[in-house]
Amino acid sequence: MLMGALATVIFALVILVILPSSLLSHVEAPPQLKRPSQQELLGRQIYISNGCIYCHTQQVRDAEITADVSSGLGNRASVPADYVYDAPNLLGTMRTGPDLFNVGVRLPDSNWHLLHLYQPRALVPWSIMPAFPFLFEHKPKAEKGDKVLKVPAAYAPKQGVVVITPEAAALVAYLTSLRHDYPIPDSPAFKESQP
Amino acid sequence: MTIQQGQVDVKQEDNSQYLNKASAMEMETYDQSGRQPVLLGFLIAVIWLLIGTVLGDLSSFKFDHPDLLSGQAYLTFGRIRPAHLNAMVYGWASTAMFSVSLWLMPRLCRTRLRWGRVASCGILVWTAGLIVGLVLLLQGYSDGLEWLELDRMWADPLLVVGAAMVGASVWRTLAARNVHHLYVSVWYVAASYPWFLIIFLAGNLPFYRGVESAAVNWFYAHNALGLWLTAVNLALIYYLLPKIIGRPIYSYWLSLVGFWALALFYALNGMHHLIGGPIPSWMIATSITASIMMVIPVIAVGINQHMTVVGRFGAMRYSPALTLAVIAAMSYTAVSLQGIMTALVSVNRITHFTHWTIAHSHLGLYMFVTLSLFGGMYYILPRVLKREWPSRRLIRLHILLTGGGMALYIIALGIGGVLQGLSLLTPGTGFEASVASTKPWLMLRSISAVIISVGHLAFIYHSYLLAFSRKHSTTQLPPFIEFKPVLVKERKS
Ligand code: HEM
Ligand code: HEM
Repeated sequence: MLMGALATVIFALVILVILPSSLLSHVEAPPQLKRPSQQELLGRQIYISNGCIYCHTQQVRDAEITADVSSGLGNRASVPADYVYDAPNLLGTMRTGPDLFNVGVRLPDSNWHLLHLYQPRALVPWSIMPAFPFLFEHKPKAEKGDKVLKVPAAYAPKQGVVVITPEAAALVAYLTSLRHDYPIPDSPAFKESQP
Repeated sequence: MTIQQGQVDVKQEDNSQYLNKASAMEMETYDQSGRQPVLLGFLIAVIWLLIGTVLGDLSSFKFDHPDLLSGQAYLTFGRIRPAHLNAMVYGWASTAMFSVSLWLMPRLCRTRLRWGRVASCGILVWTAGLIVGLVLLLQGYSDGLEWLELDRMWADPLLVVGAAMVGASVWRTLAARNVHHLYVSVWYVAASYPWFLIIFLAGNLPFYRGVESAAVNWFYAHNALGLWLTAVNLALIYYLLPKIIGRPIYSYWLSLVGFWALALFYALNGMHHLIGGPIPSWMIATSITASIMMVIPVIAVGINQHMTVVGRFGAMRYSPALTLAVIAAMSYTAVSLQGIMTALVSVNRITHFTHWTIAHSHLGLYMFVTLSLFGGMYYILPRVLKREWPSRRLIRLHILLTGGGMALYIIALGIGGVLQGLSLLTPGTGFEASVASTKPWLMLRSISAVIISVGHLAFIYHSYLLAFSRKHSTTQLPPFIEFKPVLVKERKS
């Protein structure tokens, strides 16, 4: 009985883990997909540490069955080749917030992102995204080399300035690097994924 | 297919022998043989329940008040929300399931628990791993995969060793059995430990990238639900229903079908978490097909358990454990049918990425898993402690608040999720509409969170009274005795 029970799981393991990993290992990065920089990788780590994935997906689904493309999340569905540099994956399962697969195309402005992280409601009044003030530093006065964030009076601290930490800058670098608007990569796994 | 009726009958007799003929004294010996690890596990589980409740409530309130406690990194939504999942799944449910397994095995194998100390140490090692993992998670160290956030260097090895030690005690007891026939609960419990270890190790290997990492992620998460949480809780329900009602399980054959179909099909289900996503369509199609095939085990288990209880639902008035086991069994059928529906592309295109999934999660993990474990504790603790639960009021309060509160939670998010999904499917409305459409329902969920939490406090306080107060039980009547039976006809004699 144990043997049988183990056999079923190992069978599933082969079909869903081992087989795909050998099939997908040939997928190559499309030429337009840039290898992430050191700073972008740090930003990705900040994205993971602070659990952005619990509200944001990074995938554009098939246009035939969803409105992902028609509502502007991307110009095409995402394919395995788009993700070759991703470890671990950040596909996500919730859209409490909008998809971020092409956020760098939709919202390329770093200053927008910085203020949005500091206080989302300063830019998007109806937003339910949490603020991340801990990615910034409150200082009585800016010191040499500090990058200061301009915050509208309603959301600014009463005294002092808001300084952008390297973590906040890295996270924004990562977000603005999320651009997958190049044409569909032509790989065997891609053809495979077409219905 | 010809099932020999005779054979089935013989098996049923086996069964009934098994469930009825051990003397009370013999049972007591078995229960006492596992006293230490069983009580330890339940104690730790209840503490995790409290922690997980606080984390869940806070996560819920943050939807209504996004600026609530946002100043500190360790309190940000993106950390306490996975902390809630891990505290509830690996802390509350899994630790309580260790105790349930260690209590069931001696009874069903008719022998003392073997290697009880190893099991106790295993529970402690597991708990240590979880504490390390959760502290790191709140500090911002996460492996980044949903359900596998706990640190693979410092936390996961402890979890593996801990579960293996409890599993060793389970298997050693099985090897020492004094019965010829193995009741279906033994199958589920014994299989679930090696299953869990395999999937947990496979899920945590560090070398997957890209979409393959997503495939492994959902292979693990889905099987953690099906081959671990579901397996042990079905075992418990399969034991409690016939035992409390005092008649054998309806069909031995159906319980076999249920077990093997679960093992075969559930394991292939994982990719239905990625429908429409960027993975090869044959993988998704395999999982959707396997999801539909899940009808077989689900209906087999549903019929088997229903037919065991049918006609005796009135007995629920006398036993809170039975009440909870029956609700849990029905919820298992409900959550599975909901899940099968959700795995269909035509439904999934609406509900994927929405709060519908959260409603489904809690229908499964709360109405099925958590209520089954509450039922188990109501039945097991008095037998191990040799003391009755002190207050029927508290039992009633607990069951009504948690069951009612969670029903509200699920209905609210079910509706909110569909509205959100429809809004996301309408291009041109903008994202704002989808946020606006969920707000009232999320608020309702926060209200239900408070109701459920009060229920948890009542249960925790009551467990404390049971374990530590010296006062003798004042209970004379079972908690639901005033409730008129609605599902059985009054027989006039
Ligand atoms: C006091 C009762 C509870 C409350 C208020 C509560 C609240 C929540 C909240 C707010 C979330 C996040 C939802 C989101 O991201 O949109 C969540 C997720 C989750 N909770 Fe609970 N919860 C409770 C009990 C439980 C229990 C007892 C379990 C398990 C035994 C559990 C398991 C989970 C899981 C697995 C998720 C992740 C769901 C998913 O990813 O789809 N919860 N819960
Ligand atoms: C035949 C049985 C079942 C099927 C076919 C099924 C199907 C599904 C599907 C398709 C999803 C993904 C939804 C989405 O992301 O759009 C899902 C998620 C989930 N299911 Fe089930 N389900 C079944 C039974 C169960 C049971 C018994 C439980 C609990 C014990 C459960 C707990 C969950 C949880 C917690 C999630 C959320 C995972 C996450 O996103 O974190 N399901 N299920």
